Amino acid sequence: MASEIVEGAAHHAPTPTEYIVHHLTHLSSGHQKGVVDFSVINVDTLFWSVTVGIIACLLMWLAARRATSGVPGRLQAFVEMVVEMVDDQSKAIIHGDRSYIAPLALTVFLWVVLMNAMDFLPVDLFATLFRWVGLESAIPYFRVVPTADLNGPLGMSLGVLAVVLYYNVKIKGVGGWIHELFTAPFGPWLAPFNLLLNLIEFIARTVSLGMRLWGNMYAGELLFLLIALLGSLATAFGFFGHVLAGTVWAIFHILIVVLQAFIFMMLTLVYIGQAHESH
Amino acid sequence: MNLNATLFAQMVVFFILSWFTMKFIWPPLMKALDDRAAKVADGLAAADRGRAEMAAAAKNAQVELAIARDEGQKRIAEAERRAQTIIEDAKRTATEEANRIIVSARGEADQMADRMRAELREQIAGIAIAGAEQILKREINPAVHADLLEQLKHEL
Repeated sequence: MASEIVEGAAHHAPTPTEYIVHHLTHLSSGHQKGVVDFSVINVDTLFWSVTVGIIACLLMWLAARRATSGVPGRLQAFVEMVVEMVDDQSKAIIHGDRSYIAPLALTVFLWVVLMNAMDFLPVDLFATLFRWVGLESAIPYFRVVPTADLNGPLGMSLGVLAVVLYYNVKIKGVGGWIHELFTAPFGPWLAPFNLLLNLIEFIARTVSLGMRLWGNMYAGELLFLLIALLGSLATAFGFFGHVLAGTVWAIFHILIVVLQAFIFMMLTLVYIGQAHESH
Repeated sequence: MNLNATLFAQMVVFFILSWFTMKFIWPPLMKALDDRAAKVADGLAAADRGRAEMAAAAKNAQVELAIARDEGQKRIAEAERRAQTIIEDAKRTATEEANRIIVSARGEADQMADRMRAELREQIAGIAIAGAEQILKREINPAVHADLLEQLKHEL
């Protein structure tokens, strides 16, 4: 968020609207037709979520590979701290086999933290870099925060939904789960309403889980863009406003980044935990 | 907010990453944590054991010390008693010896006195006889009056 708008300066300075729209456009494989178009894929989101996921796994793997029961090093101690936090939470929420769920929660937490943390990179960093190396026509758009793309969080919450459905069937059996779908919470006489309510619950959970994370990160990114626009006024007010607001918002954003990741992890655990309990 | 195939790609990545964590990261870390917890528990138990052992050893040493002190006390008393006896013995022996010496000296003195007395008596008798001879020069015949003289000597 620290850099100025420079792109297009050779031709004409972009209007604030053009600047914002440019920064909110994905590098995608094709032109999106309509709100939902599954023939298109967002390359930037995918690239960064995979890259950051690999970094998270590599970091944990480095600690896990050299993990000893003796005195831990700093990296090991840090990873152990996170692992223990996740393990404690999952222990409190899930009663049963946690051999997949706890690692899942750990992955979700660290992955989301790192994806959210991409927001700390200056908003114009990559556009400027690409112009310097002459790639601006090959990569005209590049969004770096995968969680600020609705596809990212919603894809993850669909993954959580899949896990929840799997554990519902695993714990209660197919018959038991279908029985619960029709009888809980109002009893067998209101079966259609029960089914409707349960379906709505599953959909609402999934959508809200994804949308909550996406909304927070999208708003955060948008605010960084607006602060960068303030800096582009090229006045003393704009400069100091940019520095002050950018600093304040970046510091506050540290909290949001970790908090949203923690909320996402906790809700994942809670939803999977509910799949373990009968109504 | 456009939905597209990224959604499914992200879902696949989600499962791949969680599978990787489950397979390669979680087990060794949990093992290390559990091992360390066990180690710490062992260490604490060992420390407790050591502390108990130390207390027992201190108590033992106290007992040994008391025994040794008693023993020493006894030895000293014994030695004192023995010294006392030795002194008593020596005293007694010395007294006896002294008595014996005194007795023998007295006897010797008595003997000497007796002898002196006998000598004196003879001398006195001699002197007396000589005196009497002087006086009675002619009248007394020592041969005739020998019995008388002898009797006189005894009476002296």
